[in-house]
Amino acid sequence: MSAVVAASGVRMSYGDTQVLNGVDFTVRQGEVSCVIGPSGSGKSTFLRCVNGLEPVLGGSLRVLGEEVGHTLGAGRYHRWTPKRFAAFRRDIGMVFQRFNLFAHQTALENVACAPIHVAGRPPAEARELALRHLEQVGLAAHAHKRPHQLSGGQQQRVAIARALAMEPALMLFDEPTSALDPELVDEVLDVMKALARGGMTMIVVTHEIGFAREVGDTLTFFADGVVVESGRPEAVLADPAHERTRAFLASVL
Amino acid sequence: MRTEPIITPDGRPIPVARPRHWGRLLAGAGAALVFGWLVLLVVTNPNLDWSAVGRYLFDGQILAGILVTLEISVLATAIGLTLGVLLAVMRLAHNPVLRWLATLYIWFFRGTPLLVQLIFWYNLAFLFPVLVLRVPFTSVGLKWDTNELMTGFTAAMLGLGLNLAAYFAETVRAGIQAVDRGQTEAAYALGMTPARRMRVIVLPQALRIIIPPTGNEFISMLKTTSLVYVVAGHDLMTNASQIYKSNNLIMELLIVASLWYMLMTAVATFLQGRLERRFGSDAVRLVRRNLAGRVFLPKVAA
Repeated sequence: MSAVVAASGVRMSYGDTQVLNGVDFTVRQGEVSCVIGPSGSGKSTFLRCVNGLEPVLGGSLRVLGEEVGHTLGAGRYHRWTPKRFAAFRRDIGMVFQRFNLFAHQTALENVACAPIHVAGRPPAEARELALRHLEQVGLAAHAHKRPHQLSGGQQQRVAIARALAMEPALMLFDEPTSALDPELVDEVLDVMKALARGGMTMIVVTHEIGFAREVGDTLTFFADGVVVESGRPEAVLADPAHERTRAFLASVL
Repeated sequence: MRTEPIITPDGRPIPVARPRHWGRLLAGAGAALVFGWLVLLVVTNPNLDWSAVGRYLFDGQILAGILVTLEISVLATAIGLTLGVLLAVMRLAHNPVLRWLATLYIWFFRGTPLLVQLIFWYNLAFLFPVLVLRVPFTSVGLKWDTNELMTGFTAAMLGLGLNLAAYFAETVRAGIQAVDRGQTEAAYALGMTPARRMRVIVLPQALRIIIPPTGNEFISMLKTTSLVYVVAGHDLMTNASQIYKSNNLIMELLIVASLWYMLMTAVATFLQGRLERRFGSDAVRLVRRNLAGRVFLPKVAA
């Protein structure tokens, strides 16, 4: 199977603070890759590097067959223009911890926004399609509500539908349930499970160990900006190879 | 405040006395006294011809001036708001040249007095007697006599509009920066370019924050137009001054002009209130929720 994401030695820093210290990480077509780790371990930053929201400063990060941020030409790599970045991100969906729904648009407009303004689809067609995506996450009845009229769980499901509307080849989830009240977590996880069963390639940064165990193909443990260990979720959870992993799992389970 | 009598345990109703606000009474009496005295001084002033005020209140030249004042206010505000948004977007652009240009513009127009700018535009003909718009290296183009083009009206419109743009740009910039960073990230993640993100996602949200203060700008503009008097823009103030220069009824015509300015301001204030009710609460809620945890609330009703 081909690698959708192939990272080797990826480094990234904010000023003098080294955030990623040489990350090696691979995701194959159709795989659900769960990422866990303490806060500040660089797992969210790595996810943001994958779709170019943060710049990679060292190493190599290939996503969907391209070196993120640079194109090879005449023996050198040339930095992408904002337009080129935008074109690259069309094929990658992202779901944020704080939803980030467009506050001035209804749920339906949120989902139809990118198909209309990025893919250039006719508005009527895009809205019809958006309604189907909202149906898929069980929110067709709330299509004309504004984000502030929806619960956190509903907002996050709209956000997932919004990302799916561009028919991405890869979905990134950045702690999608961390900002939710406990009773709303399951409705979001259920949508993600359905997506995983449908064969979507996903990277999920999460604290939901149960989710990782149930639908994850791999489980990766991040700490101090590097991958400490990675493997089948049941293997990593049952018998962690590293003391750091063992300590972290003991604190969250 | 309670007005109903209190029933004692044995069933007797005892009335509640109205509280006396001695402070209010005293302040009210004092104010009425001073105010009444001032009004009396003006009304009974033998040097003031009140019938002239009544005569000129609906004078044709005054009414024509009001129309011009409104025209200049609306056009200059429109120029100022449009250009202000453009300048704000330029100031926040990645392109350093655009940023620098906008900063220079704002510095120049805020750094020179409005009066100087008005007189400058009015006298542009001294610098450029003719204005030519021509396709380079050809003779195809348009040509205007600057003196004909730069009437008091156009000078006023340009001067006031360009000046407002410089001030309004800062308001818009604050509005844009108040929109949560997460909105931008979501837009980028969906594949939008920076320009599209600004137009489709950020500006519509920023404008809701910016709309209420535009009412203030317009009210302020209504009265700033009186400066047009120095370039003979035939607005309310110019026309009033032309009348009093011929008949010397200075105070009477100033009262006429003030009454009209006050009426226009009252109407504009009423409309501004409507505008704020329409957009204000929405904008505040938008910003409050987006910036949860951060200390920022726009002063919507400034």
